Amino acid sequence: MSGKEEILSEVTTKALHKERETVGSPFVENPRMTCREVNVYYGDKKAINNVNIDIARNEVIAMIGPSGCGKSTFLRCLNRMNDTIEGCRVTGDLRLDGMDIHDKNVDVVPLRARVGMVFQKPNPFPKSIFDNVAYGPKIHGLAQNKAELDEIVERSLKKAGLWDEVKDRLTQPGTGLSGGQQQRLCIARAIAVSPEVILMDEPCSALDPIATARIEELIAELRQHYSIVIVTHSMQQAARVSQRTAYFHLGDLIEVGMTDRVFTNPRHQLTEDYITGRFG
Amino acid sequence: MDQPEKNPTIDKVNRGLKRRYRAERRFRILGATAILTALCFLFLLFFSIVSSGYKAFEKTFIQIEVFFDPAEFTNENLAAANFPGLIKASMNSMFPEVTSRKDKKDLYYLISPGASFQLMKQVKNNPALIGQKELIWVAANDDVDMLLKGNIDRTRPESERRISDKQLGWLDTLAHDGKIKKTFNTAFFTSGDSREPELAGIWGATCGSFYTLLITLSLSFPIGVAAAVYLEEFAPKNRWTDIIEVNINNLAAVPSIVYGLLGLAVFINFFGMPRSTPLVGGLVLTLMTLPIIIIASRASLKSVPPSIREAALGIGASKMQMVAHHVLPLALPGMLTGTIIGMAHALGETAPLLMVGMVAFIVDIPHGFTDPATVLPVQIYLWADSPERAFVAKTSAAIMVLLAFLFLMNAAAVLLRKRFEIKW
Repeated sequence: MSGKEEILSEVTTKALHKERETVGSPFVENPRMTCREVNVYYGDKKAINNVNIDIARNEVIAMIGPSGCGKSTFLRCLNRMNDTIEGCRVTGDLRLDGMDIHDKNVDVVPLRARVGMVFQKPNPFPKSIFDNVAYGPKIHGLAQNKAELDEIVERSLKKAGLWDEVKDRLTQPGTGLSGGQQQRLCIARAIAVSPEVILMDEPCSALDPIATARIEELIAELRQHYSIVIVTHSMQQAARVSQRTAYFHLGDLIEVGMTDRVFTNPRHQLTEDYITGRFG
Repeated sequence: MDQPEKNPTIDKVNRGLKRRYRAERRFRILGATAILTALCFLFLLFFSIVSSGYKAFEKTFIQIEVFFDPAEFTNENLAAANFPGLIKASMNSMFPEVTSRKDKKDLYYLISPGASFQLMKQVKNNPALIGQKELIWVAANDDVDMLLKGNIDRTRPESERRISDKQLGWLDTLAHDGKIKKTFNTAFFTSGDSREPELAGIWGATCGSFYTLLITLSLSFPIGVAAAVYLEEFAPKNRWTDIIEVNINNLAAVPSIVYGLLGLAVFINFFGMPRSTPLVGGLVLTLMTLPIIIIASRASLKSVPPSIREAALGIGASKMQMVAHHVLPLALPGMLTGTIIGMAHALGETAPLLMVGMVAFIVDIPHGFTDPATVLPVQIYLWADSPERAFVAKTSAAIMVLLAFLFLMNAAAVLLRKRFEIKW
């Protein structure tokens, strides 16, 4: 990937980029998702300003930035969860495998099956562990019979690293699990419908360090099968789990690059201020 | 920092501490007093209702000896047969010394006018009685009932009481012969209304209330919940939905009699539905209950955490699936609570039903939604309005039945809510 970065990156120097335009290498070859000139408005207020970025296959891309910078808002554009927010308007061109996802004719139901989401606070349904994971496959008709459903649930829980802990109590409520287990249950629920992209909105912010470590291991494993976009407040976490990092600042995408490079050699002054702790 | 230095803020805190605890204690005492006062009044209410109502659960009977003469009483013309004469003859034979026309009238007065119907029913059910001499207990007149229950004072001058000295004498004779008894008043729970207090029962009004509320519940709950779900989950938030919301809130505050007039104008005059029926009463109460159920349902939908909606939408549930599978089950207990409140209102409502004719004097027990009927609160109003002394106890007894109906209904709703409640 670093070779590609050299090809695609614009030749710039840190000093020239005090303005708010993206530096680094937002584009990749053969992307899973492409975002061009994305703007998001809440009423009259512009929350995201002209963002251009690609999401590659089988990568973990971390979105960092100070609170209120629009990283969660941008994440929610990727599976149109912003539709549910009153007064929120998205313009621009967002594509998943070449399909325009903000087209009027696109059905959000299959889209969200392809782009799954894990939220900041673990939010299992107040149902059994089994039903939590089985809900997605059930509504999308992914299983022909009970045996297939059982298999999907087992596979998803195994992928989420939760199977050994819950296999004997699948009928108990998912809300009775610990916070970290609940979040892994939510991940299992998301991967049960075999998405192509998983969006994670600060998935570890409500968890203790041990549970966080489990989730981070899990993210590394899941990269084999999915593209993962993770919003995080922890720069250490971004450094640990992601291949690429995108830095947002007040609605602008400031810098995108290989994680190592962004953290060791930021090209934009704002990025440097943030990661060195002078801002945010 | 080692030396124990006086911390000036702690002194200030300590000074205020006493006052803070005093305020808390004061609030607690006030709260406890309020609860205690409320309990006292509740107890007073129940005490006054039960103490004046329990007497209605007993009824006085007088034993008479009758001979069903086969010449007069045949299966064919029972309806035309002279049952009142039978009772008069029986009384005459017990008190042969009574001869004057006026005294005889006073004597016959002791037996309830309903007694002849009771005899007729007995013969109808058991034709073998014809040709037999039978000892039969028949209902006493309500004034006799009142006397025996101590509501008529024997010591007062004759002109000031409804039972004359002579009648007192006859009753004492009857009592001495063991021909007067007080038993449990089953008729009160099995018959409809009557002008005679000793014959009047609550069953007709109970059935009327049941049918009316069945209509109300089966219309207002589904419509109310559907309206709330649509407004809360699907409707766009714009000026129109704002207007609708304001108007629903206004409707909840409209005096109920206005709904009665609306029902009269629309259901009876325009659609030509039969008046005095549970159908029309139920429709009117549905209109009245709907805003309450809609408001409560919307509040309980609003209280479902958004994280559950996001979770459902995030894995690709459609909006309908999100509502039906996740939001509705969580909101249902709150919706049921709103429905209980609405139905309790409807059960106690009188004014709108007066307007659609459910205040009529109806003796027959309703057997369907289109039979003329009255409801419990209207029955209470009717009895409270009646001049006979015996209706005072009946009124209180009817209130007890109404309260029992309410408790049963609420208990059923609470059980339902427990079943649907999701622990998490």
